[in-house]
Amino acid sequence: MIKHETIEKNIGLMILLIILVISGGGLAEIVPLMFQSATTKPIDGLRTYTALELEGRDIYIREGCNVCHSQMIRPFRAETERYGQYNTANEGVWEHPFLWGSKRTGPDLARVGERYSDDWHRAHLYNPRDVVPESKMPSYPWLFTDKLSGKDTAKKMEVLKSMGVPFTAEQIAGAQDAVAGKNEIDAVVAYLQSLGKLHDNYNSKR
Amino acid sequence: MSTFWSVWISVITLAVIFGCTWLLLATRKSQPHQETTEETLGHAFDGIEEYDNPLPKWWFQMFLGTVIFGVLYLIAYPGLGSFPGLLGWTQEGQWETEMAHAEENYAPVFAKYASLSIEEMQSEENASGLKMGQRMFANNCSVCHGTSATGAHGFPNLTDTDWLYGGKPATIKHSITEGRMGGMPPWGAVLGEDGVRDMASYVLSLSGKEADADAVARAKPQFQALCTACHTADGTGMHALGAPNLTDDIWLYGGTFEKVAHTIRTGRNGVMPAHKNILSEDKIHLISAYVYSLSNK
Repeated sequence: MIKHETIEKNIGLMILLIILVISGGGLAEIVPLMFQSATTKPIDGLRTYTALELEGRDIYIREGCNVCHSQMIRPFRAETERYGQYNTANEGVWEHPFLWGSKRTGPDLARVGERYSDDWHRAHLYNPRDVVPESKMPSYPWLFTDKLSGKDTAKKMEVLKSMGVPFTAEQIAGAQDAVAGKNEIDAVVAYLQSLGKLHDNYNSKR
Repeated sequence: MSTFWSVWISVITLAVIFGCTWLLLATRKSQPHQETTEETLGHAFDGIEEYDNPLPKWWFQMFLGTVIFGVLYLIAYPGLGSFPGLLGWTQEGQWETEMAHAEENYAPVFAKYASLSIEEMQSEENASGLKMGQRMFANNCSVCHGTSATGAHGFPNLTDTDWLYGGKPATIKHSITEGRMGGMPPWGAVLGEDGVRDMASYVLSLSGKEADADAVARAKPQFQALCTACHTADGTGMHALGAPNLTDDIWLYGGTFEKVAHTIRTGRNGVMPAHKNILSEDKIHLISAYVYSLSNK
């Protein structure tokens, strides 16, 4: 029988045994997902983000929108009645990093695209209380004055392409022109309007 | 899921469960739990030593309990690779059951109200239908139109009798189902800045607001030439195009001189999204009835 002491005095052995113990869950629950078609094959007709939407997504991350807004509709009636069809893993194959979120201070945004008008989003992001008096969401007035240079957009697309997102050569070549000089708000609104609209396999009627 | 991954998951899961159980049993000290000893494990660090006592009985039994729970869980629910579990539970299945249950409960209610016209819905005995409409309005419409439907800057008040596209039941329903695109072109380039300011004075004068008489006189022929196609000659607007009535002192984008001038200069694009792909016809019917009730008490 191995003695307590044998393990406690051999840090190398202890590390090995700890790794063995804690990797069980990951090996059984995470590793197989990397090899399942349900999680690695994009849903039919999924499109990539446009350059402007991609920049909007980065601003969404920068401003921490994902801290209060999830993008993951779970298969419960209470959620599908409010937000539409529940999410499936093959919708997020090209999301790097994914923005599913784990907390909802505000509503889920997975299918907010085309739900409200561009004007509404602009008014709402400038000062949420102008349109929703009960809202506790912060205002983002700087999005209306800060401009995008687009100098990193093509690079971002190339990095994502190396991770398996099929951006075309034309998209990458035209990336800078597509965003340069636009206000950040244009990018964020374009991104928000694309959410849930990157493919049309699901009928979200409720 | 392929056989390989199914076996992989099952083997690791079971190995972890039985490995933990083996470790628990193999290292168990046999003395009765109430009997503690002064014996230590023999090592010391900073003068701290560890007694060599058995695990408390409650702890030991709880651990065994979790192992038994785990095994039963894996028999009942999906967990071991592609083995579906004896209960046949799935996430989708649970959702479908929930939906079917709701359909069974609510379909007759929706069917009852769908068979009534929006006017009939206004009667006292259908108040609960309007209440349903109000709830759905709160969920789907209040984000722009406000929880009390009084609107916001750029989003119309639905509680008054001033309608952009008309307030008949069928028109309200059409607005919700198909959406609306209210486009006013920008006139800044056509009128020039002075022209814009004169026009703003004229538009304000239509609602009986104080305005510079000279500016009004200058803008009047321009209004007749450029604006009447949508707003009509007397400025009362046109429901077919969603052109607002300019004579009633109700302003979608604000009624101050600067706001009106801005509207004329840069134009406006009011969009009401179509809801035909978002809400079922029965729900749109109830929401329409509620919206209609707001201005037809």
